[in-house]
Amino acid sequence: MSAKLAIEAREGSIRVKGKQKSQLQCDADSIAGAVSQRACVYSGARVVLNPITDAIHLVHGPIGCASYTWDIRGSLSSGSELFRNSFSTDLQEEDVIFGGEKKLARCIDELALKYKPSLMFVYSTCVVGVIGDDITAVCKQAEQKHQIKVVPVQSSGFAGNKSAGYRAACDALLQLIKSEGEPTAQSRKINYLGDFNLAGEAWIIRNYLREMGVELNATFTGDSSYASLRRAPAACLNIMQCAGSMTYLAQEMERVYNIPYMRVSFLGIEDTSRSLREIAAALNDKEISEKTERLIERETAEIRSLIEGYRVPLQGKKAAVFVGGGFKAVSLIKQFREVGMEVVMIGTQTGKQDDYDSMYSLACDGTVILDDANPSELERFILQQGADLLVGGVKERPLAYKLGISFIDHNHERKHPLSGFAGAVNFAQEVYSTLCSPVWNYV
Amino acid sequence: MEKQTLSYRSVTENPCKMCMPMGGILAFKGVERSMVLLHGSQGCSTYMRRHIAEHFNEPIDVGSSSLNEKGTIYGGEKNLRQGLDNLIKVYNPSLIGVLTTCLAETIGEDIDRVASAYLQERGQEEFPIVTVSSPGYGGSEFEGYWMTLTRIVTKLAQKVEKHNKVNIIVPFISPADIRELKRILQLMKIEYTLLPDFSDTLDQPFARPYKRIPDGGTKLRDIARMSGAPGTIQLGVCVAEGISPGKYLEDTFGVPLYNLPIPMGIENTDRLVNVLQEFSGRATPKSLLQERGRLLDAMIDSHKYNFQGRSVIFGEPELVYAVTKTCLENGVFPVVVSSGSKNAKLPELLKAQLEQVPQQMHFLNGGDFAGILAKSEGANIAIGSSEGKYLSEKAGMPLVRIGFPIHDRVGGQRLLSVGYTGTAMFLDRITNTLLEHKLANYRHNVYEKFYPGTKTVTEG
Repeated sequence: MSAKLAIEAREGSIRVKGKQKSQLQCDADSIAGAVSQRACVYSGARVVLNPITDAIHLVHGPIGCASYTWDIRGSLSSGSELFRNSFSTDLQEEDVIFGGEKKLARCIDELALKYKPSLMFVYSTCVVGVIGDDITAVCKQAEQKHQIKVVPVQSSGFAGNKSAGYRAACDALLQLIKSEGEPTAQSRKINYLGDFNLAGEAWIIRNYLREMGVELNATFTGDSSYASLRRAPAACLNIMQCAGSMTYLAQEMERVYNIPYMRVSFLGIEDTSRSLREIAAALNDKEISEKTERLIERETAEIRSLIEGYRVPLQGKKAAVFVGGGFKAVSLIKQFREVGMEVVMIGTQTGKQDDYDSMYSLACDGTVILDDANPSELERFILQQGADLLVGGVKERPLAYKLGISFIDHNHERKHPLSGFAGAVNFAQEVYSTLCSPVWNYV
Repeated sequence: MEKQTLSYRSVTENPCKMCMPMGGILAFKGVERSMVLLHGSQGCSTYMRRHIAEHFNEPIDVGSSSLNEKGTIYGGEKNLRQGLDNLIKVYNPSLIGVLTTCLAETIGEDIDRVASAYLQERGQEEFPIVTVSSPGYGGSEFEGYWMTLTRIVTKLAQKVEKHNKVNIIVPFISPADIRELKRILQLMKIEYTLLPDFSDTLDQPFARPYKRIPDGGTKLRDIARMSGAPGTIQLGVCVAEGISPGKYLEDTFGVPLYNLPIPMGIENTDRLVNVLQEFSGRATPKSLLQERGRLLDAMIDSHKYNFQGRSVIFGEPELVYAVTKTCLENGVFPVVVSSGSKNAKLPELLKAQLEQVPQQMHFLNGGDFAGILAKSEGANIAIGSSEGKYLSEKAGMPLVRIGFPIHDRVGGQRLLSVGYTGTAMFLDRITNTLLEHKLANYRHNVYEKFYPGTKTVTEG
């Protein structure tokens, strides 16, 4: 970095590959007034649990938290659409003064009667955490009254950052899958953790696995249901994509149910192929391995020329990346190389130390690596590094466009899959469409 | 029994409103070189930034004091001060708005005291920090917006000599609507101070170099002089007196208040033009009369198509009132009128109007989308924000998008709906949506209704 940052405390969270040896600071609280791109505990919990299709998601708090999260994610369902509603206790001033437990109980009753769900999540918000409503007790009573599962999610916004919300979601999921009777017999099936079936991505992976001779047991949480999640202990292996949100769940399932886990990523040809091979190897079955090789060979052959076609005009362009979690960022470095591009700036909202170590070792010299960046830092390093394109979410998009550079949506709202071989083609096509659009001739 | 459980619900199912700080941010966005700091946990600012950015396709930078557990237990003063420091360092704003959130209000933060102590210690007592108490549970974005405007005017307006610039205070309409109002004011040769003016800040032309705080917004020195205006035209008939900036200016500085509805529809636009004429003392320019004539012409051209429309109107009370009035003028009679937040003035305003409706009509004061859907039988067009896509999905009702947010289409900032010309464009959107729906279905519908009968006759 040539000039000092306006906010000195941010210096530790930014590194340049090849220049500074000290470790990057991450996984810490955001700095007040820094305009962090992160959301809150509730947001982290809601993102992870929302794709559970047949659940009622009831937000216990004032209206905003439910309003801003209503049906904004692109998770697809093969069954119930109940999860696409946003329910709220819409707490008012008098509820905050006198307590909101009674209103919460009434809301649960009404929803249980109207929708007859088998599963309900009750999210706590900032206010609830302060006024001390005992949502666990209310949920327990409601469970008995309605004979359904009502799971409290401890997601008061101030109690940590988005990562704490992931943890709260994992705690809720663990409550769900807790088997009360005999321990479930393990099968040859596997669970898939950390795919939210955005634009059907989990379906793409399920098809690959099926072709390899591997059956998916439960997916956390894309296109899942109460029944499918409860079957989770019957798996022999957990594969985990979004490690940022799911590592705790994977560790607990290993501890409690003896299910080992491994990290995978289905972003890009390289990581998809490697992940499929590693799954086959972990299952230690010759037939599965052979089928896997045939699948990879066929799929890569089909898309190679397509990707090559995009590579020519994209060769030498520079990308900046700022996404939510670490696995995406790491894969994107490799995926951009597949289309002939280098990443010159990369960061995440909630990446962990090992994610940043991977980014550091993969990135080329001079790449700026940053954690919990804000708009002014993104602006500065995009310009300084000469990036032609930014990868990010809804908040980052207008910044890229105002800076006059291209943009790739890599968030939970997208409507086309970016996973697997099909996703690799979509990715290349999207990069091409934004970098080679004629509009840039006019700005 | 069934009826009882349906008529009163505790739970909100798919909200048709947002929270107070949202309105506060939007109001501050119309003030020159301003920045906002939300005093609360990090999520509030991020969610609201996302919500606004997706509608306007503009970078929306809003600070947060990022309260964590420690700040919640021991008080958030340190975070608030650090937040102010950092916002000033990075953005160098001319004004900072501090909005509280649920969290800050519940733990009892005294933002006024912190802000003045902060400025005093730095010897910057002149720097305007406008504090607004806006807990999410205290009201919706509508109240947050108007309360913030009142706080801005209260903070900045000084006793000044009388001058000739008329105050124009606008609700949360589109940037295109604001530009249209300014054009009309210019046509009428009226000098004005328009607050809040987000016509540029939330719809910024592409230009290099990038500016972290976009150009535009009502100038601070103009707001300071609103107290000397010959009058205030406030487009806010649904605004309660306690949060009415126009009322404040009238009570404190004796500036006469003309509280008018959003100029949508013939009658409401006439009302604005008549008041403007009072101020200008000149006849209405011919070109504006031509626009009025063209609107009448469009209303006649489309009246039979429009009479087929039965509408569901939802959203912020001020917009709901204007849209309802426009629909009534054109025979697009409402089946449901629903204000997202509970509003004390709207029922009275609508009462006489809605007596014209020839069929059964439901008014929901503070309705959610489940409630709207339950009452919408017989309606064939929904009018409001993109959240109304729920009605399209559930009941096949086409949606004419207006207001905020519009997340599933581009161009919310460019939607023009005010004045004679804007009304004509808004009406065209309604008529064309009805036509599109009719043309897509009439062959099939007529076939289904009559053809099977002819078959029986010939075959029988």
